[in-house]
Amino acid sequence: MKLNLGIAQINTRLGNVQANLEKHLSLAKQAWQDGMDVLVFPELSLTGYVLQDLVPAVACRAESEDLVFRHLLDASREIDLVVGFVDEDTRHRFYIASAYLSQGEVVHIHHKVYLPTYGLFDEGRFFAPGESIRAFDTRFGRFGMLICEDFWHASPPYLLWQDGADLLLLSSASPGRGLNGGPKLETSEWVEHINRAYASLFTIFVAHTNRTGFEDGLNFWGGSTIFDPNGKLVKQAPYFEEALIKTEIDLNQLHRTRSRLPLLRDERPELIQRELERILHDRN
Amino acid sequence: MIEISLTIDTNLVRKILTGFLHDEITRAGYSRAVVNLSGGIDSAVSLFLAAEALGPQNVMAICLPYKSSSADSLEHALMLVNQIGCPSVTINITEMVDPLITREAGMSAVRKGNIMARTRMIVAYDQSEAFKGLVVGTGNKTEILLGYTTLFGDSACAINPIGDLYKTQVRQLARALAIPEVIIAKPPSADLWAGQTDEGELGFTYEDVDKLLLLLVDQRYRPEECIEAGFDEKFVRNVVDRIRRYQFKRVLPPIAKLSSRTVGYDFLYLRDWGT
Repeated sequence: MKLNLGIAQINTRLGNVQANLEKHLSLAKQAWQDGMDVLVFPELSLTGYVLQDLVPAVACRAESEDLVFRHLLDASREIDLVVGFVDEDTRHRFYIASAYLSQGEVVHIHHKVYLPTYGLFDEGRFFAPGESIRAFDTRFGRFGMLICEDFWHASPPYLLWQDGADLLLLSSASPGRGLNGGPKLETSEWVEHINRAYASLFTIFVAHTNRTGFEDGLNFWGGSTIFDPNGKLVKQAPYFEEALIKTEIDLNQLHRTRSRLPLLRDERPELIQRELERILHDRN
Repeated sequence: MIEISLTIDTNLVRKILTGFLHDEITRAGYSRAVVNLSGGIDSAVSLFLAAEALGPQNVMAICLPYKSSSADSLEHALMLVNQIGCPSVTINITEMVDPLITREAGMSAVRKGNIMARTRMIVAYDQSEAFKGLVVGTGNKTEILLGYTTLFGDSACAINPIGDLYKTQVRQLARALAIPEVIIAKPPSADLWAGQTDEGELGFTYEDVDKLLLLLVDQRYRPEECIEAGFDEKFVRNVVDRIRRYQFKRVLPPIAKLSSRTVGYDFLYLRDWGT
């Protein structure tokens, strides 16, 4: 089975949801006309990243009555969409969220579990952390979504793998930093390394969508990637430039790779559970 | 001494910095910039980056000699203007500065220097309004960390492309931008009085202090670890003290908090808010 996966590596307007929505709808139309099945936008693609006190003003709900999501849900009748937004729950807690939309329905919402609050990051000050990591079924197979810092930790990709995800849709608004004399920023190197590692270790597809542009002095480096279950780089978007890229993914690669390398078959989650229980018990 | 590398990939840095200038100036509603051009390496790099980001016709170079300025300074500034073909204006600031300086006999060199730096700031912001361009800063990471700058003088700007590059890294970028070697090689100087040099005033070289700052600031070494790594103890203590002492030059003035929401504490928005 083939999947035409689209990556919308975009810049955003900070706190201007209407302008960002229009960009989403226009790219969704373009991607659909170009034959893409799914189009993935970066972290907080509807709002911009360094929101600080703008968080409550840009929050929305992924439901058909919402003035923003009604348009996105309409667009998802033509092409499946992954969008980044601020989710406000019924108790008025705010989450960094990604929604998977398909055929006019919200298929899955992921709340960012790990909120970096160190160095240049201050997410824990403004957002509530997500409480679950779940894979979900789509019309193309079982996928998983994670947001930026979620996949700097090894456990969320592992859990999605064990929950049946064959394609990870990772999204970021990653501020570029770290000069080491080489032609890539240290952040780009690090993210590419771990994306390749997850694809190789879990024999899955890993698609990472990062944003571009600047917010005050922060640069967002783009360079979105798709790795196949062999850990091979299938496609990379340019660094620092906006791009709409289409990649045909051959899902039968899962069959071929896992015939050769049965890491999924041989994985022993029960052993991990036992040892984790022991470790946590001893710690307490 | 341990191996410490300040080498940068100049293509990568140039790509980020020109993108930064273009995007941030454009979203602020401008398409132009002004740069105070001293004839030294830092302002040359800022000028060249701005010209690359916006087009040379959209960048105004401002040359502001004082009567005691070295003749080389203006000559080098004009050499840069000719090289990139940007508009420029030269205003001798002597007649602005001297009425204040001559009111008091025996004014210290520091006071005079500060008056000149702040006079240049006034002209830059006036040209900013006249040319409808944002003031591009010229302060590098070394001088920002050492506090070697005049507050509201040469440190004043709307946007700074080179403030996260150490002086030795600015030199690498200058070579990549094809800034003439005579400007890169001459001893850095604020040129506020004859014979003044940065390294003479600071008491150490940029090459040495940049390595120390890289360990202390970027790599989070403790001062004792820098001494163990081979740096002179007095030098380390001096630099650590300067970094702390001049923090006030790096932040906005504190506002006394009274209400439940106060600018600077819990009224938090980026400058790019809404754009």
